[in-house]
Amino acid sequence: MKPFAYLRPATVSEAVRAGAGHPGSRFLGGGTNLVDLMKLGVETPGLLIDVSRLPLDGMTRTDDGGLRIGATVRNSDLAAHPEVRNHWPALSQALLAGASGQLRNTATTGGNLLQRTRCPYFQDVSKPCNKRIPGSGCPAREGTHRDLAVLGHSQDCVATNPSDMAVALAALDATVQLHGPEGVRTVQVTDFHRLPADNPDQDTVIRPGELITEVVLPPPSAGAVSLYRKARDRASYAFALASVAAVLSVRDGRVDRISLAFGGLAHRPWRARVAEDLLRGASTTGDAFARAVDAELAAARPLRDNGFKVDLARRLAIGALVELTTRAAST
Amino acid sequence: MAATPGITDAEEAHVPNPVDRSTFTLYVNGTERTLTLDHRTTVLDALREHLGLTGAKKGCDHGQCGACTVLVDGRRANSCLLLAVAQEDAHITTVEGLAEGDRLHPLQRAFLERDALQCGYCTPGQICSAVGMLREAEDGFPSHATPRTALAGEGPAPLGADEIRERMSGNLCRCGAYPRIVDAIEDVAP
Repeated sequence: MKPFAYLRPATVSEAVRAGAGHPGSRFLGGGTNLVDLMKLGVETPGLLIDVSRLPLDGMTRTDDGGLRIGATVRNSDLAAHPEVRNHWPALSQALLAGASGQLRNTATTGGNLLQRTRCPYFQDVSKPCNKRIPGSGCPAREGTHRDLAVLGHSQDCVATNPSDMAVALAALDATVQLHGPEGVRTVQVTDFHRLPADNPDQDTVIRPGELITEVVLPPPSAGAVSLYRKARDRASYAFALASVAAVLSVRDGRVDRISLAFGGLAHRPWRARVAEDLLRGASTTGDAFARAVDAELAAARPLRDNGFKVDLARRLAIGALVELTTRAAST
Repeated sequence: MAATPGITDAEEAHVPNPVDRSTFTLYVNGTERTLTLDHRTTVLDALREHLGLTGAKKGCDHGQCGACTVLVDGRRANSCLLLAVAQEDAHITTVEGLAEGDRLHPLQRAFLERDALQCGYCTPGQICSAVGMLREAEDGFPSHATPRTALAGEGPAPLGADEIRERMSGNLCRCGAYPRIVDAIEDVAP
């Protein structure tokens, strides 16, 4: 690991100022991904700006019934929060489906959104990787890519975003608040992560020096039910091969509100807008769900060894929608 | 923090000195320990290499195996991923700090009685993790194995074998002593 200076600012503005003044710096939250990447030599910051003790650990209801989540709220506290469990269960379920008890106790909300891909080539500095060193190449395309992207990938990068939490946030229409040298702005979670295109070194739209200060959930829609389902190689403590977060409400036997997002399939949480458009107003039958999900996944371009993910995602989504329909009918 | 002394100009208040070490205090098993460490030092290395506490083990050193699990301010964490400087003033409990004198912690006794280990390398992490896990369950924290119909505020999560396995999944045992580890924890769980 490269030596680094360490700073623990007392305020957000002090942190942002320090970040802006030091291009080689990184904000430190829980460090569960950043410290690991520093050990691997993937990250080599000259300065760590520790933001984990900033006063950003609150969770409060907004005036309209939403929820404001501070960036340093730990994943375990967010998952266990009574408001989250009772009103946004898909978020609690997504968090609990990720990592381990130890890691969830340490990892922060902001850090979870900024965690890097677990693509083996990205994490191995002896290998080329366009995300790590732009222009160096992507061995994953022809190499080990069973766990990697089937949607939205590019010639330059087939990495997936590893977050479970972000998939639920995408389906829940959450927003991210960013404090930067040029002020404060709010970005939809669905717009926060980007597709790799020809610059996969940029995971998100965050600008240099910007700090995530909070995530805001809009109010839960009346009568809607939600869930998160995840498929992985072992029963616990593994990244998603495919996952789905879904929110559904039913009116007069037809889909009213629908929101669907996939995880494990792309460089960002994949909001299934094509399926949603087909489903709004459709009958709540397995056939209708299958047609909509198939239309969404028609855009998939699997690599040599990961075609199974498309079928896995299809089954997860249809199963989730069927389950939500049953539950919506009984609420 | 002794890392950035001598800042005199408000203009420079956010510019750290390019120092790569700091002096700070950790409270380890109830004892105040002041250390001057390279910022790269993890809590695990601080414990093992600087404080002579070799109970917490270095397995993968990447947060994947759980052998380094300790309690930080009462909550379990992978000490290999925690930078010591960032834990300034934290209260850290290692496996060495669980017993009261000669009286072993109930989980330590249960691991012995159930013979819940073979080589023993993962055991300190398993035990510290189990201590933290039981506290989380008592505080009503749900897990992936908790029925989705369970709402918040219903009190402590009941701990059957499935719950224990899920909540302990961050601790690997290469000897495969899992069945007895679960038995030992079940003995202590309420």
